Amino acid sequence: MKALVLAESAEGKIKKTSLEAIAYAHALGGTVTAIALGTVSKDELAGLGKFGAEKVLHASDPRLDHPVIGAYASVLEQAFAQENCDCLVLATSSIGVPAAAKVAVKTGAGFVCNVVDLPDTSSGFKLRKSIYTGKAFSTVDLSSPKKVIAIRKNAVTLKETGGVAAVQDFKPALKETDFNTNILSTEKATGEVLLPEANIVVSGGRGMKGPEHWGILEELARSLHAATGCSKPVSDMGWRPHHEHVGQTGVKVAPQLYIAIGISGAIQHLAGVNSSKCIVVINKDAEAPFFKAADYGIVGDAFDVVPKLTAAIKAAK
Amino acid sequence: MKILVCISHVPDTTSRINFIDNNTKFDTSGVQYIIGPYDDYALARAVELKESSGASVTVINVGLAETEPTLRKALAIGADDAIRINADPSDSYFVAAQIAEHAKGYDLILMGRESIDYNSGVVHAMVGEMLGIPSVSPVMKLDIEGDKVKMAREIEGGKEYVEAKLPIVAGCQEPIAEWKIPNMRGIMSARTKPLKVAEPKATEKAVTHIRYDLPPPKGAVKMISADNVEQLVQLLKTEAKVL
Ligand SMILES: Cc1cc2nc3c(=O)[nH]c(=O)nc-3n(C[C@H](O)[C@H](O)[C@H](O)COP(=O)(O)OP(=O)(O)OC[C@H]3O[C@@H](n4cnc5c(N)ncnc54)[C@H](O)[C@@H]3O)c2cc1C
Repeated sequence: MKALVLAESAEGKIKKTSLEAIAYAHALGGTVTAIALGTVSKDELAGLGKFGAEKVLHASDPRLDHPVIGAYASVLEQAFAQENCDCLVLATSSIGVPAAAKVAVKTGAGFVCNVVDLPDTSSGFKLRKSIYTGKAFSTVDLSSPKKVIAIRKNAVTLKETGGVAAVQDFKPALKETDFNTNILSTEKATGEVLLPEANIVVSGGRGMKGPEHWGILEELARSLHAATGCSKPVSDMGWRPHHEHVGQTGVKVAPQLYIAIGISGAIQHLAGVNSSKCIVVINKDAEAPFFKAADYGIVGDAFDVVPKLTAAIKAAK
Repeated sequence: MKILVCISHVPDTTSRINFIDNNTKFDTSGVQYIIGPYDDYALARAVELKESSGASVTVINVGLAETEPTLRKALAIGADDAIRINADPSDSYFVAAQIAEHAKGYDLILMGRESIDYNSGVVHAMVGEMLGIPSVSPVMKLDIEGDKVKMAREIEGGKEYVEAKLPIVAGCQEPIAEWKIPNMRGIMSARTKPLKVAEPKATEKAVTHIRYDLPPPKGAVKMISADNVEQLVQLLKTEAKVL
């Protein structure tokens, strides 16, 4: 199998989720070529060898610094053809999935999203994917000769193996129609831990009573190097930005640790967090349904418990 | 302006998910079906555009006869007519190919960012590719200005403002519009609005579902006293090994 992997970057660094995609492709057993788009340093790219990439194509056209879906799809398709690949692997992301979907149509490849495990190739090519927003899994057979696989976070464990990847310039032919959407501006939180990537998430609900009380939550998050999240009503009321909204209709997270504070645990919220390894619930109501989905629980007032927890974490460091 | 809204027919978000026939089939007993919540946002925005600028709104669903009440609900919310492609929506590519077949001539093709059953979130991009027009997702704000569409798209950790020329495909999510609840007049008039049934076009199938499974049940929660948060930190370190 010859795999091409989309290596996405943010602020010049290849995202951890893309490193997982490279490790996943490496575990498929064939050759692995990664492709990076936009401005990234050659050193950063050569480092992808550690996770199993033999070669890294670098399409450094600065127009690709912006995630234009059509242009990304065009670059991926050209790299896929040039390298004679039969499998495209990527991490689930806001640019990767739609761009890869277009590649699937262009190349006639079958596409499976939200894959949680390595394939079972004992007969056919069977992939296990998350469905019903994390409430179940489906095992599917992907029978097309060309395949596109979008993996979920933690589909594979990252370990550093190989060495240094050979970095090659890649100059795809980009047409004007590849840029048929025009990005006018971007608003992005910088320097924060991003929710979909975070190992630890500290999330607050309506029980936090108002946006002015988020300070104690942010302090807890800082002490854990965690991202902050929230429930839907919290983002609906504008207490927190929409990209922090976790759940069925928001971001689906799968961190090592999810700490839910003043969130009741409605089924739609749980749908977005049920792939977390460990869940801690802090709620003043002992009957809150979230406790049933938790590993550890504290019944108590958030305004009392959260500062104490932050202090205990700092003390334990 | 002609708007096409693609509607998925999915289990209510509070549904318990179970499987039958040796884990090869979804258990529909006791399950309520709804318009996919993301599609519901797309529909609400389409109806707003109809009210503000006189657009026409057609809804389309790939599904068997049991999805018709869901389409009627979309008509009650304000769509003018409906198309049902008579097929089991088994795979994203298949669904996209059916929609693309009927989407020519529409200026704006809206749908949810993903369906909440299979969650792939690729149909909008595939339809865009099949029609050779731009696709943008997940869109949280959408306004028409002349022949242009101005949108806000959610990205990891923020948003991006995007512009494209009509026609386009957009995968929608909140807060693009508020969900609409059908009123009595809507429900009455939906009964007589046109609902056309079309047969699917044949496409190759690359993905076959073989079996389903459920996540292992969660163990019992360990309760810790609010006066002993140090114990929690200790357990997270030594027992859960997540710190
Ligand atoms: C189609 C659909 C999709 C949805 N999608 C989502 C989704 O993606 N994400 C989502 O989150 N919701 C979603 N919802 C909404 C969901 O049903 C719940 O309404 C929502 O999750 C409740 O948010 P909450 O827990 O913050 O608020 P509440 O349910 O009001 O809970 C607040 C909690 O805070 C506790 N509390 C109050 N004060 C304190 C205190 N001082 N200290 C500690 N605890 C305190 C209370 O005991 C209570 O348990 C969806 C709903 C629908 C119908």
